[in-house]
Amino acid sequence: MIRDITIGQYFPGESPVHRLDPRTKILLVFAYIVLLFVASSPYSLLAGAVFAMVCYLVSRIPPRMILKSVRPMVPIVLFTAVLNMLFIQGDVLWEWWFIRITREGLRTAVFMAVRIIFLLVGSSLLTYTTSPIALTDGIERLLSPLKRLGVPVHELAMMMTIALRFIPTLIEETDKIMSAQKARGADLESGGIIQRAKALIPILIPLFVSSFRRADELALAMVCRCYRGGEGRTRMKQLKLGTGDFVAAALMTGLFAAVLWLNIHCGF
Amino acid sequence: MTAIRTEHLTHVYSEGSPFQKTAVEDISIDIPQGEYVGVIGHTGSGKSTLIQHFNGLLKPTSGQVFVGDQDIWADKTKLRGFRFQVGLVFQYPEHQLFGETVYKDIAFGPGNMGLEEGEIDARVRQAARFVGLKEEYLDKSPFELSGGQKRRVAIAGVLAMEPSVLILDEPTAGLDPRGRDRILGEIKEYHQERKTTILLVSHSMEDIARYATKAMVLNKSRLHCYDTVEEVFGRAGELADMGLSVPQVSRVFLALGPRYGLDPHVYTVEQAGKEILDRLGKGVGA
Repeated sequence: MIRDITIGQYFPGESPVHRLDPRTKILLVFAYIVLLFVASSPYSLLAGAVFAMVCYLVSRIPPRMILKSVRPMVPIVLFTAVLNMLFIQGDVLWEWWFIRITREGLRTAVFMAVRIIFLLVGSSLLTYTTSPIALTDGIERLLSPLKRLGVPVHELAMMMTIALRFIPTLIEETDKIMSAQKARGADLESGGIIQRAKALIPILIPLFVSSFRRADELALAMVCRCYRGGEGRTRMKQLKLGTGDFVAAALMTGLFAAVLWLNIHCGF
Repeated sequence: MTAIRTEHLTHVYSEGSPFQKTAVEDISIDIPQGEYVGVIGHTGSGKSTLIQHFNGLLKPTSGQVFVGDQDIWADKTKLRGFRFQVGLVFQYPEHQLFGETVYKDIAFGPGNMGLEEGEIDARVRQAARFVGLKEEYLDKSPFELSGGQKRRVAIAGVLAMEPSVLILDEPTAGLDPRGRDRILGEIKEYHQERKTTILLVSHSMEDIARYATKAMVLNKSRLHCYDTVEEVFGRAGELADMGLSVPQVSRVFLALGPRYGLDPHVYTVEQAGKEILDRLGKGVGA
């Protein structure tokens, strides 16, 4: 039931993409998203799409995972595409009543759809190939310059790590409490909205209580292991840039150059 | 009369996914009304999955579950009714408490049954009395109570539905020996007074030996055996092979039995005392 929802979509593996430094991957994904919006010719967009596909092949993530990352967003993609198609002025291709489809509209619609889809595909590759812990580590290191401005970067990253760690635990807990209340005849499936909201009380209260209890226990356990914030804290796994990271950065730079070249020479 | 019966009950989690796992496989069992059954098995042997089938919280992947003589999945709209007939107390049941007062929490089950106020009130007070909660606790918040008291409130919440079958999953986990003896004693009393069928899941062989009349052993998702406690603990060797322990007294008697001609079916301290005295008596006589 609830257990079937997959959160934290990390797909453990041993590919070159998995081995990249999380910082590199985060930055490259940002670069890739920028690239998608820079690409203004169909060929350059195609180059970007092919690049993403090659990355998936190299990372050995099953192709159905690509579909899985895109599927929930399909309505939004369609909505954006249709709006663009209807409201952009230009050469009229087809007209009926108040609906007017223009060449420019159609072009923008297709471009937007492809961009959003590959934005999802590209950023999913990041979460598929990077464990949540590595991801927060990477974010912490990338944001560490902000510490000088007084932003509690380490604390934020620690909060993220803890939150991610406890998602499965909370799901399990919810499942258990729901079963326990159902065993006492709680009816969660029928009735109107108000009745259903009321039926949630016997589940939410124990859930809150146990979350506070867990938080207390965790805090105590951390203090017992001498945790005292980010100040002077060292790491067991140091993030280090390797050859792979430079190769990946070079590839992305190459792709950028290719996209710009295609934009200028093969646009329409 | 049968209280609960299963036929070829099988449950598979996440069927068809890479995480597929058979938790319960081909279990057919018949538990008569009024029995006190101990359920024994390793962690992961399928105990919790099995008992959640008895009140329809889990749907069998294949096979059937009968309460009385009715197939509980025959008519989905009647499913909720079986939850009141088969009361299930989960592990650490105090984690499910939510009421503003102990009274309201215990009244949750009977309230869901649609009983009238007077009946609910009577049941709440009676259930509280059974688990040894004093009247003055009823108006307190359950969150102010101690761990053992919270557990009693949670058990009372299920007792108040007056189920004809009561299933308890490790009701004494995490309690001190005195709290454990009190709760198990109260359950035994309830069993004797109401003739309720009881299923007690426990890791403590001593507890099963002391309270249950029959024992069901699960091993690797399958029913290994279902027999009287005496017979089950008499097969201590098999249990040990499965990595389960047997009561300490059983172990002693199994080791000494062949040497001194003692009955290997002895499993409680009281029986052991009697058996040894008998032997000594005979020894003196001869």
